[in-house]
Order: sequence, then structure tokens, then C-alpha cells
Amino acid sequence: MRVMAIVKATEDSEAGVMPSEEMLTAMGKFNEELVKAGVMLGGEGLHPSSKGARVSFGGDGERTVIDGPFAETKELIAGFWLLQVRSFDEAVEWMKRCPNPNDEPGAIEIRQVFEADDFGEELTPELREQEERLRAQAEQSQ
Amino acid sequence: MEGDARRAIDAVWRIESARLIAGLARMTGDVGVAEDLAQDALLAALEQWPTVGVPDNPGAWLMTTAKNRGIDRMRRREMAIRKEEELGHEVELQARFAEPDFAAAADDDIGDDLLSLIFTACHPLLSTEARVALTLRLVGSLSTAEIARAFLAKESTVAQRIVRAKRTLAEARVPIEVPGAAEREQRLASVLEVIYAIFNEGYAASSGEEWIRADLCEEAMRLGRILVGLAPDEPEALGLVALMELQAARFAARTGPAGEAIPLLEQDRSRWDFVLIGRGLKGLQRAEALGRPLGPYALQAGIAACHARARTPEQTDWERVVACYDALAAITGSPVVRLNRAVAVGMAFGPAAGLELLDQLARESALGGYHLLPAARGELLERLGREEEAAAEFARAAAMSKNSRERALLRARAEGRR
Repeated sequence: MRVMAIVKATEDSEAGVMPSEEMLTAMGKFNEELVKAGVMLGGEGLHPSSKGARVSFGGDGERTVIDGPFAETKELIAGFWLLQVRSFDEAVEWMKRCPNPNDEPGAIEIRQVFEADDFGEELTPELREQEERLRAQAEQSQ
Repeated sequence: MEGDARRAIDAVWRIESARLIAGLARMTGDVGVAEDLAQDALLAALEQWPTVGVPDNPGAWLMTTAKNRGIDRMRRREMAIRKEEELGHEVELQARFAEPDFAAAADDDIGDDLLSLIFTACHPLLSTEARVALTLRLVGSLSTAEIARAFLAKESTVAQRIVRAKRTLAEARVPIEVPGAAEREQRLASVLEVIYAIFNEGYAASSGEEWIRADLCEEAMRLGRILVGLAPDEPEALGLVALMELQAARFAARTGPAGEAIPLLEQDRSRWDFVLIGRGLKGLQRAEALGRPLGPYALQAGIAACHARARTPEQTDWERVVACYDALAAITGSPVVRLNRAVAVGMAFGPAAGLELLDQLARESALGGYHLLPAARGELLERLGREEEAAAEFARAAAMSKNSRERALLRARAEGRR
């Protein structure tokens, strides 16, 4: 299964304070461990929300662009990993071993990624219909 | 609370067990003994952690516990066999346990231990089946029951296979080490073969439940990535991981709602997994950047990459596909590779050119009973507008096919129903 580990923003990360060399070394070592264990699919750190924007959707199909920064620091994200693990608990165990990305209280949120199978029954009829349409087209074009 | 501890132990075990067994195998020189000691440590954790909690450094705790069990065991055995000739060996074993602590060992050593364990579990002395089971058990930390379920085998059969494999290695006194330069290529090929066999068991729709198959593919990719992490300069290891990722990227798109196979060129490419494609393409680039001649895995990854890069079938760089098949045919000389090459030539340079190669292949090789040869001929003849000959080839292919669904499809084409 795939899991996303989301590093929540802190005041420092939002202020654009760069991590210390010590932290970068520790994080590099942790990342290397993830790679060597074969669980790392990818991951990135993000610029503060002051360099970000939001597109918000109104109920009537209206779209509004709002530039950052955004106020609710603890709800923002500062980076993520995408991991392939054999159980959700394995991802939790890995993240317990992660150095604290900021030298202040913060959190890493761990969420399971949807896979094709997870869509299950609900989407099956549409998918089947779509498949059949595509197949009919393919057959006609041969 | 107890359930939580159990889940935490499972998670720790998945992360630690391969490294634990690898370290113990170096100390004891025997993967069987190493696995027994690791299991002892796991049992101790299951007894103690639910009440005292998971220790801060669970890996080091498990290693210390396993080493203590090892020393206990040897003391007991030493008493029993004090006067026998094995004594020297046992004393030596004890000395090995006295080595610096696992936790204090440099990361490089741990990497070397794990790589040694992988090479040992995949030793060419063992049959492919035995290597696969042993690797999944020792490196993949799958239980015997899980392996049996994935391969639709009886648990007792798999258990037997693993026991016998460990005994074979012990009796042959196979050293647990990363092979030297002279042996390295052949031994690495053996490791890659095992990983790809695990992947193919998952990928080929031959057996097992859906989720187990996907799990096996993920496990094979994980093993491959571990290998690449430990031996980053092997183009074939990088090539194999890229190949698996690029193939697995098509997992969701390759079967229809009724479980029928959808051929590559008819797949809905929006359902391909672009995380895996991105990783596969990057890994292949790394393999190519090493500047050494590419082997069969990297070349096959090269072919898969040509498909992955094309957003529509029409955008496929068929000439590049042909070039990969040229190189692959030069290495393997396999008639199946030549068949696929002819099909690619048909796509790149027109059906007549492909047909010429197929006819040559039919004359020269032992593909007589292989239904895909007439199927491919039928395809090319049809594109040349030679309908009757095409129909005859599809009928011939249908008669040779062993798969009922495929037979029905070929028959339909023979009768001009599609």
C-alpha cells in the first residue's frame, strides 16, 4: 500500500527559516534509510505559503484565486513523503523514527493513498460502461 | 492495548527483521541459526513489549536479545558436545558473538550484511523455487503461510523447501558474503532472477487472489529497491527495478471489468500509474548514465519506457523499440525476442518488413508450436490487406492456443468478426 506522510507547517517553516545543517544531515540520513529499505517512492519539501496560492470554488461554479500567506499555520503543510509499505503501522513506525523536521513542536500526518481497488463497487458501473464504450470504439476502428 | 502492542511489534518486525537476520548470519555463519535466533528475539518481544512498552531503539533491543539467546544456546550445546570435534567450531561461534555491538556497527556494515544475506539466499546452488522462498522469508520477512498463499502451495511444502534450502547452504559451507569481482556478475544475475520471478508470479494472472498478486509485485519492487540502495552502480539492478515499475504502472489498465486481458495498445493510458512511470524512467536514466553496456533487464526497461513515454499508441517511438530489441536479440538470441522484434519492425517500417522477418524466423527457429507466431503473421497480413491468408493464420493460432479466452478471440478474428 501507499501512504503519504505529510509534514505540517510550523511558524519557522512558514517564516521561511531554513533548517539547520544539523537537521539537514539528520534528515538526509533518515531519507537514506527509507531509500535503502525500499519504501521511499518520493518526497519533497515545500516553500512557505507566502509563495503559494489557493483556487477556491464557490457553490455556483465560481472560481476565486487567493494568494498566500495563509493564517492557519498548523493546518498547512510543509512537505511530504510518498511511501510504499506493507501495512499502515509500518508507515507509523517509520515516521516515529523521523527526526523532528523543525526545532519546535510540530506534527507529521500519515494518510493512506487510494489505489484503484479502493474505489470498489461504487465506481464499478460507470467504469464498466466507460470500458465497454472504449472497447466498442476500438473494435469499430479495426 | 495489547492489540496495539502486537501491531507495533509487527511493524517493527517488518522494518528490522532482515537487518537482524543479516547481522546474526554474519556472526554465526549460518542463515538457519540466524533466523532461529531472530525468531527467539521476536518471541521475547511479544512476551515483554505488551507490558513494558516498545523500547526506544527496538532494532538494538532485538539484536541484543538475539545475541544473548545465541550465547545461551551455545553454552548449552557446548556442554553437551564438549568432547566432540565440533567444539572448535562452537568456540569460534562464541567469539563471533563477542564482536562489537550491532547498534554500534557502522551503517556500511549493516548494508554489507544485508547484501551478503541477499546473495546467500539467492545462491545458485539452490533451485529457483528454493531461492524465491528463502529470499521472501529472510529478506522479505514474509511468513511461511504468506509465501504458501501467494504461490498456491501447501504451507508444509514451503516450510520443507525453506528447511532444505537452509540445510543445503549449511552443508556446502557457503560463505555468507558479498561475492568478489570474479563471481559477482553471475551471482548478481541469480539475485535479479529471483526478484523478477517474484514479480512475475505477482504480475502473471496465473494464480492467487488479486490482492496477493499485487502484494507480491510490491514486494519484488521493494526487494529490487533495497538491492539498488545497497549496490547503486549496477546497471542491471537499476534496469530491473525500472522494468518492474514500468510494467506495474500498467497494472490497473491491463484488465477489463470482467477480468479479461486488455492488450497494451488498447489500454486506457489515463489509468497508468504516473508515479511509477516517473520512477521507472528516472531509474532507467540512471542505468544508462553509468555508461556500461546495457543488459537484458535494462533493455527490456528501455522498451517499456518507449510505451510509457507515449501518451497515445500512435506516439510510440517504434524505431527506438526496434533498436532495443536489436540489442536484446544480440544478447539472448531468443526466438521469442526475435518474434517481438519482427512485430516492432512491422510497426516502425511497415507490415511487409515485419512479415519478412517473421517468415525468416519461422524457417529458422523452433517456434513451430508457438501460437503467437501465426497470430503475429495474421496481424501483419491483415494490415497488408491479404484478408484470406490472415484469416487462415488466425485460425491456425486459435487451434494452437491453450487459453480458452484467447482462443475465442483468435477464432473471432479468423471469422472476420472484428
